[in-house]
Amino acid sequence: MIFLKSLELHFCRVSKNKNDPLAIFARNATMIQEFALHAPASLRAMPAPTKVLNPQYKPRHARPVRHSKDHMQWITCLQRIRDTQDQAQFALLFRHFAPRIKGFLMKSGADATLAEETAQEVMATVWQKAHMFDPTRASVSTWIFTIARNRMIDGIRKQRRPEPEDLSWGNQAEPDQADVLSLQQESAQLVDAIKTLPEKQRMLIERAFYGDLSHSEIAAQTGLPLGTIKSRIRLALERLRHAMQ
Amino acid sequence: MTQTRTIKHHLTDEILAGYSAGQLTEAADLLVAAHLTMCDQCRAMSESFDALGGALLDSDATAFAISPMSESSFAATMALIQTGPVPEMPKKPVKSDLPAPLGDYIGGGVNDIRWSTVGMGVKQSKLVSTSKATARLLLIPAGVAVPHHGHHGQELTLVLKGAFTDETDHFGPGDVEIADEGLEHTPVADTSADCICLAVTDASLKFKTLLPRLIQPFIGI
Repeated sequence: MIFLKSLELHFCRVSKNKNDPLAIFARNATMIQEFALHAPASLRAMPAPTKVLNPQYKPRHARPVRHSKDHMQWITCLQRIRDTQDQAQFALLFRHFAPRIKGFLMKSGADATLAEETAQEVMATVWQKAHMFDPTRASVSTWIFTIARNRMIDGIRKQRRPEPEDLSWGNQAEPDQADVLSLQQESAQLVDAIKTLPEKQRMLIERAFYGDLSHSEIAAQTGLPLGTIKSRIRLALERLRHAMQ
Repeated sequence: MTQTRTIKHHLTDEILAGYSAGQLTEAADLLVAAHLTMCDQCRAMSESFDALGGALLDSDATAFAISPMSESSFAATMALIQTGPVPEMPKKPVKSDLPAPLGDYIGGGVNDIRWSTVGMGVKQSKLVSTSKATARLLLIPAGVAVPHHGHHGQELTLVLKGAFTDETDHFGPGDVEIADEGLEHTPVADTSADCICLAVTDASLKFKTLLPRLIQPFIGI
């Protein structure tokens, strides 16, 4: 037990990454050991849940969620814009995202003037389409990214952008808060995970999305937790399909 | 258009990531958009890559790219909002028995496709043609075998109606065959129905496992 505790501490310290499979493994191993020593005898006889020993296994609530509050605040922000045309809330959103959009557009080849104008258009679209945002399928930053990317393609590259058939949730009732929270947590974890990527890998992803390299440079497996967010989106799509029937 | 069968052959993560990053040609975007309309599995992966784009936009990792807006920009944006939505092409839903993105390009369904004859009953209809990439619809009559051929480039083929079989596998509606330069094959359309595909040849798709050009030898792609 003491050994396992120190193992856990060791991995956490060395990797500085709570998502590190080894750190998770060590944490899980500690939990199992504690269970074995302290659980009632009736339970102790049960075999240890072996899947917990799988280093790939990630406990659902084990990872800290530092940014999901921000993510939820942006959603409130959009809702206020949608419901009461709240300019102060829009100003918050603008201050954070407009310079980022402008920078993204400049990296994609626009000059400063065109990038400035296009960023304003993107933000105007955010205001006008606030009612289309689906918080069970995307974070606010993801939604804004897709608007900016599409404007980059049609406005700057002068190319048409075919999109899949729209599955917008449109006129349905407010989405389930638990679904919203899950998706926003996954999104926040993705932001955290980018920080902990090895430098070389992070740069490849940055360059792929910020225009410098061909998409073939995006490694298929980025080491990011895309599987979990994919499952959430898949569920949201299934619910939409069901609602549309 | 909803999914009616289990799709076996999907798009690769590289292609889906390229679509999210906005790095593909219009021809490839069209094929991806059509497949995503038919395949929720790939749509979920595609939206996950969108999430990666959103996380990057939000992340300190791209702080190097942040570019300050001019002082008047907020007022200018509010003025833009006052003038109403940016005029968009009025989106009349096109009635189509094909995935919506294709319906938009064709301006209708299968019966509205303007075919030109290639030979042996095979027909084609170009939807996107640029110096970098071409997207064309192909019709292979039921039971017809396209002569054995190799490929000089890469090609993605999405089955829309009917099905075909080649040396590698059987491909039905929604399936994508990704063929590279090395593939030599003899696609044969199923006997039950004509096979209609969307084929994209794209010089910029330089993946190791890319699609074959289906019948390029006698279309002269």
